[in-house]
Amino acid sequence: MPSCAGARLRRNRHPRLIFDAGRSSILAGDHGASMGLGSFAKSEKGRAAALLAPPFLYALALLALPILAVVLFSFWTQDFMTIDTGFTLANYREFFDKPIYTTLLGRSLMVSGIVTAVTVVLAYPVAYFVSFHVAPARKSLWLFLITIPFWTSYLIRVFLWKVILGYNGVINSGLTRAGIIEEPLSFILYNVNAVIITLAHAFAPFAILPIFVALEKIDRSLIEASRDLGETRLTTFLRVTLPLSMPGLVAAVLIVFIPTIGDYVTPELMGGAGGKLIANMIQTQFLQLNNAPMGAAIAIVAMLSVTAIALLFVTLNRRWLRGRE
Amino acid sequence: MRGAPLRVYAILYLLFLYAPIALLPLFAFNDATIIAFPLSGFTGHWFTDLAANAALRQAVGNSLFIAVMTAIFATLLGICAARAGAMARFPAKGGIIGFVMLPLVLPEIIVAVSLLIVLRQVLGLNLNNWTVISAHVLICTPFSIAILNGAFQNLDPSIEEAAMDLGESRLSAFRLVTLPLVMPGIVSSMLIAFTISLDEFIIAFFLTGANPTMPVYIWGLMRFPAQLPVVMALGTILVALSVVLLVIAELFRRRGLARAGLKDQGGFL
Repeated sequence: MPSCAGARLRRNRHPRLIFDAGRSSILAGDHGASMGLGSFAKSEKGRAAALLAPPFLYALALLALPILAVVLFSFWTQDFMTIDTGFTLANYREFFDKPIYTTLLGRSLMVSGIVTAVTVVLAYPVAYFVSFHVAPARKSLWLFLITIPFWTSYLIRVFLWKVILGYNGVINSGLTRAGIIEEPLSFILYNVNAVIITLAHAFAPFAILPIFVALEKIDRSLIEASRDLGETRLTTFLRVTLPLSMPGLVAAVLIVFIPTIGDYVTPELMGGAGGKLIANMIQTQFLQLNNAPMGAAIAIVAMLSVTAIALLFVTLNRRWLRGRE
Repeated sequence: MRGAPLRVYAILYLLFLYAPIALLPLFAFNDATIIAFPLSGFTGHWFTDLAANAALRQAVGNSLFIAVMTAIFATLLGICAARAGAMARFPAKGGIIGFVMLPLVLPEIIVAVSLLIVLRQVLGLNLNNWTVISAHVLICTPFSIAILNGAFQNLDPSIEEAAMDLGESRLSAFRLVTLPLVMPGIVSSMLIAFTISLDEFIIAFFLTGANPTMPVYIWGLMRFPAQLPVVMALGTILVALSVVLLVIAELFRRRGLARAGLKDQGGFL
């Protein structure tokens, strides 16, 4: 996911691309709009398009079309073993009529929101440290160390949190032995708190990388200029560094917020009865109740809510940045 | 020193990141079925239990097959996209690349349910290793593209042109000149795709057939408290394997950057 930031970086970083395009058009005798299809196929542009076709068609067939199928299914209904393909809004009506769905969605959005806030706030100083205080030669070692835990088995990492937070887990047995508590703390297992802690840990590296990329791009002389003009270190950070790193911060927020809504492993293992989220409901509808249309409708509503909140956040952020200029 | 408090914070943060993983070997070698402190004694028998488990061996075999296939296909698609990305612009190119990268930000459950609907309900196919592979290729390709971009974008196109001027065909110029230069990136991409696929659970749980993948099998084990030490032993092996693969991938990535004559920007992505 950090590679979204990478993709953006790439686009800005390569003036050679433009040079390339110019040169290839001379070679191919390309005269803009008058170019025929045959010469397009032979030109560098044509070859680039041909190369991009396999990954594009793959994503089209296995991502775009399947998502269209989900949309379609959400307007159908499950009729025992068969699917009734009559167009209906029944699934959506059921979603908003039964409190269980709206409760789960609300809880999911809240958990994702808190996880995002915690992750990004905790991650920013680390990204700042690596970008501003680590010698350039050692930056990649730091980033590597930060990303390693993220690549190791997610299932096992979640399970380990159970070991840490459990009734006779690391924290409770440690605190009991130290005589600080007598009863095991119960607010940290099988509830929403446990889900939040586990997710915040799992998504930590996601938040660091985009912020780091944005901080790296900041021209250091701007910061010097601000200090020379009499700003303190704190006001320089607030008025120069923070606004300039905002694209990375926004990317980090989206990269954590959107995927956390689709996680059913952590709430299943850590959430107990009161900590289940909307993804658990989607999973149940598909794999246990065998009601694909209802599951599809829930997935669509969840996706739309997340997208709406993400767009709102981006818009507000843009307005805030513009207001500062 | 100016960054001292930040350095302390960053180190604490790293400890927080690694704390859970550090527990794995402790309990994998602990002679008790209950996963809790205090530890009772050293044993290696959870590992021998692992080796004796036929169902697990089958699951590991499935996962390895899926991971190898995913690594190959995702990297092939990644090579196409990264090479195209380094070439001339054409209309909608940015949009198409963005679309191919989309699985990175999509919740995995969306990918899982949409493929499940198409494969089961629309096409009526049976779920097997290939259904998992098709989904894993989809989610690994963006990572491959991100890694391979680093290798392709920094190539000097004039080297390949020189080979063509000297009489090589376009294909052999690519094979003889470009391919060796980007090979470290390709190895790195395959290792990352392999690691992602080997560990992936959310999608595999939806799309796995009668023979589960390893993470799906582990998920099943987690319901039986008596099996938990075995899970810890397996986890220890998995984490160790992932770390080894990642270190190799990182070394190759750096070698690739060095070959392209570039300064290291840090990190995989």
